[in-house]
Amino acid sequence: MLTIDAAILEAIVAHARRDHPDEACGIVAGPIGSDRPTRHIPMENAERSPTFYRFDSMEQLRVWREMDDRDEEPVVIYHSHTATEAYPSRTDVGIAQIPEAHYLLVSTRESETTEIRSYRIVDGVVTEEPVHVVNAGVDQHAVQSYMFGQSPAAVDYECPAGS
Amino acid sequence: MAIEVRIPTILRSYTGGAKAVEGSGDTLADLLTDLDGKYAGLRGRLITDEGALHRFVNIYVNDEDVRFIGGLDAKLSDGDNVTILPAVAGGALATWA
Repeated sequence: MLTIDAAILEAIVAHARRDHPDEACGIVAGPIGSDRPTRHIPMENAERSPTFYRFDSMEQLRVWREMDDRDEEPVVIYHSHTATEAYPSRTDVGIAQIPEAHYLLVSTRESETTEIRSYRIVDGVVTEEPVHVVNAGVDQHAVQSYMFGQSPAAVDYECPAGS
Repeated sequence: MAIEVRIPTILRSYTGGAKAVEGSGDTLADLLTDLDGKYAGLRGRLITDEGALHRFVNIYVNDEDVRFIGGLDAKLSDGDNVTILPAVAGGALATWA
């Protein structure tokens, strides 16, 4: 299961909408071993393409170094599909090389609803997982306009931790 | 001549879990051959059967992407740092096979 803060999910969707019809991509870093995505890092799509994405290699090195320095890892790796469903393509599966990451797909093919689904991709095997959205108290409508596909999703309308 | 090589998680099965290893070589190709002697199979994950750098692997020498400094012929010197990262790529177009 992917547990993710509503504000981060909204920022990812905003990024995907902003770059539409090109694919958007990025990561959410979190403390190593925590499985908690806490720091959203939108990445440049070096391909600037509606059908392909690739992190810019120099930006990736800089971001990966920064994560190393902060004892973080890429907890979520996300990208958008702009004309198809939020399901990993053969391309996505063939290239996926970070088995410990949650691969989050966002489909922006519909303008009104955003399909969001999460997967593990390990050795070419795709396993869908539930998306658990937390701290969604501020703008319930924003979260409710998301469609989580076949993924069983739970949305908690909790107050942010520590508030 | 020692060159530190940082290994990404997905390739650490070849290095006994080590995050960084040491190798030697005058060029990146030499270094990878040297490493393959100690960590059998590692080179095959970085180089295609045709002998080219794998498309979805990034290798950096001292923060330079080797694609811009000669690829496998990139020159190495004692004390250089080599970083290997899995490229992050994909997309809706299903042409990858």
